[in-house]
Amino acid sequence: MHATDLFFLLVGLTVLAFYMGRGKASQIAQGLGGIRNLHSLPSYYGHYTALYCGFPALLLLCAWSIFEGPVIIGMVMDSLPSDLRPSGSVEYKLLANKISNISLGILPTINQPDALITAAETLQRYSQLSRWSMTALVSSIALLGLMWARSMIVAELRARQRVETAVRYALFACACVAIFTTLGIVLSVLFESLQFFKSVPVADFIFGLEWSPQMAIRADQVGSSGSFGAVPLFVGTLLVSVVAMFVAVPIGLMSAIYLAEYAHKSVRAYAKPALEILAGIPTVVYGFFAALTVAPFLRNVGESYGLSVSSESALAAGLVMGVMIIPFISSLADDVITAVPQAMRDGSLAMGATHSETVRRVVIPAALPGIVAGIMLAISRAIGETMIVVMASGLAANMTFNPLDSVTTVTVQIVTLLTGDQEFDSAKTLAAFALGLMLFLITLILNIIALQVVKRFREQYE
Amino acid sequence: MSKTPQHLEKIQRSLVRRYRAEKAFRWCGMLAVTLGLTAVLVVFADIFMKGTGAFSATYIALDVTYDREVLGIENFADQRQVNTADWEALLKTALRKEFPDVRKRSEKRKLYALASNAAGYDIKDRLLANLRLLGETETIWILADDDIDAYYKSWLGGNAYTARLTDGQLGALQALIDTDRIQLHFNANFLSRGDSREPEQAGIKGAVVGSFMTLILTLVLSFPIGIAAAIYLEEFAPKNALTEFIEVNINNLAAVPSIIFGLLGLAIFINLFHIPRSIPIVGGLVLAVMTLPTVIITSRAAIKSVPPSIREASLGMGASRNQMVLHHVLPLALPGMLTGAIIGMARALGETAPLLMIGMVAFIVDIPRGFTDPATVLPVQIFLWADSPERAFIEKTSAAIMVLLGFLVTMNMSAVWLRKRLERRW
Repeated sequence: MHATDLFFLLVGLTVLAFYMGRGKASQIAQGLGGIRNLHSLPSYYGHYTALYCGFPALLLLCAWSIFEGPVIIGMVMDSLPSDLRPSGSVEYKLLANKISNISLGILPTINQPDALITAAETLQRYSQLSRWSMTALVSSIALLGLMWARSMIVAELRARQRVETAVRYALFACACVAIFTTLGIVLSVLFESLQFFKSVPVADFIFGLEWSPQMAIRADQVGSSGSFGAVPLFVGTLLVSVVAMFVAVPIGLMSAIYLAEYAHKSVRAYAKPALEILAGIPTVVYGFFAALTVAPFLRNVGESYGLSVSSESALAAGLVMGVMIIPFISSLADDVITAVPQAMRDGSLAMGATHSETVRRVVIPAALPGIVAGIMLAISRAIGETMIVVMASGLAANMTFNPLDSVTTVTVQIVTLLTGDQEFDSAKTLAAFALGLMLFLITLILNIIALQVVKRFREQYE
Repeated sequence: MSKTPQHLEKIQRSLVRRYRAEKAFRWCGMLAVTLGLTAVLVVFADIFMKGTGAFSATYIALDVTYDREVLGIENFADQRQVNTADWEALLKTALRKEFPDVRKRSEKRKLYALASNAAGYDIKDRLLANLRLLGETETIWILADDDIDAYYKSWLGGNAYTARLTDGQLGALQALIDTDRIQLHFNANFLSRGDSREPEQAGIKGAVVGSFMTLILTLVLSFPIGIAAAIYLEEFAPKNALTEFIEVNINNLAAVPSIIFGLLGLAIFINLFHIPRSIPIVGGLVLAVMTLPTVIITSRAAIKSVPPSIREASLGMGASRNQMVLHHVLPLALPGMLTGAIIGMARALGETAPLLMIGMVAFIVDIPRGFTDPATVLPVQIFLWADSPERAFIEKTSAAIMVLLGFLVTMNMSAVWLRKRLERRW
């Protein structure tokens, strides 16, 4: 039986177990004269039985499905004659693939060495055996669990407590997924990066001024060593982000101030959600807009003033990215501005300050930590933004601070290095993970600082 | 403390200055809001202006004769004969009959290029559906090539785009226009077909189905886990270092750039667990991991908004903590959680970058039929089309964006509606 079929069988058994458990509990209750003589409600006994029936069997099923493949392949490999045994891990993978393809009938058996055909047959036999034993074992464990739990049911069994404890553990496990995700990110990025740093020293990567991620196919090739200096990428990322911030911070901040302090209620009710539409537009749409509308427009404008604007200029990507970030800043700023107590405004106004003076000298300073945190989060957003720059900025790693030139960014390079067919262990693909590590660290640090700023400088009103 | 007139004058003058500053500040604010709103308008207007054309396609009326001899089919029951028959020959004959003046080979080839090279299959489907047509002649509308489509649409707009056409083709087109045998029809192909290298045949159905499957998986994975985690953190978690650590993790994950989740998917799901690339399962897993923090945070807010009196009443009636949460708090918080989940799903629907990492950028013609079929999703399809050099794909890309935005607007509106409908004020 396939793992999926077995899973559905297991679900069926579990449902059955629930009804059997509940039935037995009700029966006992009837004999005692009503369910108030039971420790828990009958359905808890049902859940209890279902838990014993389903959970261990499910665990076994998962473990079996995960380890089945590698174990069987290992056994098949051991059965191979010594002259065919693979030497390295790459050959091992290749041979394993070949054998499984033969056994699946994808590769024709003609012209294959006999040993491989035998191995393919062994593989087939083992997998059949494994499937049968999995079916037998999992269903018998489920049935055993069911029987055992059902036999445990007596009127005094504290079924509710046990079920509730189990539920609580399940909830806890779900909460821990967040930890595992972080762990997964850190480990996956870190492992590959460490491998990368074995071939390219860390200092060369972080301080190198030239980026051309080509790896030599032959050792004696001209220009055989690709250079992995990431500084041009950092500069490009910084340039685009700075342009974006020049757009987003003034517009976002001023519109937040206007909507929170000046605008009529009805204007605010429509303008605020309308601005937030900008945050809901997918980034790929902005990328298309930047590449096909903004960039040609800027080039034409530049031409009419005699400036040469690259058709993949950092300015176009930055402008559009800034537009995307406007609502991010405006809604965060709006939150902190409206959180400033009215009494502070009243005090300032009573002293004879005009409204704008009140905003500039009282409200903004009071809201500053929140605003700064918002801007930092926005910067980390801009640095990590991918699609706009992938579509609207270039691939050439120019070291320039001129926004009219074409630059490339960290995220663009990650995408270009990883899309396309290449072997996984080349320095080229590993470089993408090293860049990913940088990106992760920088955004993480920005986020942590932002949270600290909020925590440390938040004025406690009330 | 009497003020001399000089002082008063000074104050008067400073007042003028201060009021001017006040006004300027106000105008700045208004300008900022207007700029932001203009940006919204410009983006939408730009996309709509470029995209509406793709919902209609150019068709040419041709008198097609279903000639058995031209096809070379003796027996229509023979599948092999039917499949290998030269269906385009019917089209070519019809075109030659329409323009008898064209003699030269090269010109004839240009003439044949008026019709899309899938048009032969449309004729095949038509004939196979009704074999009685055999030997008859009928006028049918044939899908035109994308260059013809671009020409005709621009001609209708008054500024004909002739760059990719020969004089012979232009003459033929003028003749068709004069006899009203070239028309715009609703482009059903765009909604009912998969991707194609030929712009006039490319459709978004494959991408929409792929997106749908991926989203289903994302929802199934992230919604229950997110709710469970939120319940644990809000209702059961003890105040200790571990809980604090979980919370820090969730807050940080919410701000991690989406492309990092793509790296995670590539390294863990594809290289470690050996799940095949490009299938909705991997996409769903990655997007689920990505949306999980959002779902947890919104669910926690929903749980927090349930007043403590509900909990106290429930406990007071003798419910256990689990019963209190599952029977009372959860049902009351569910609408808020649902709204959060819909918004999270809307974000996942628009996400592109992580899916590029896990190989969902492949060129896939077939419409995926299951979770393990290679698929692409709507935003990635947009990305792929935006990269295509053909002029006609600009129109297609914008139209695909319109469809994507349509889905997003629907989801967000339903979230707002749900909130309005189900929200309770305590």
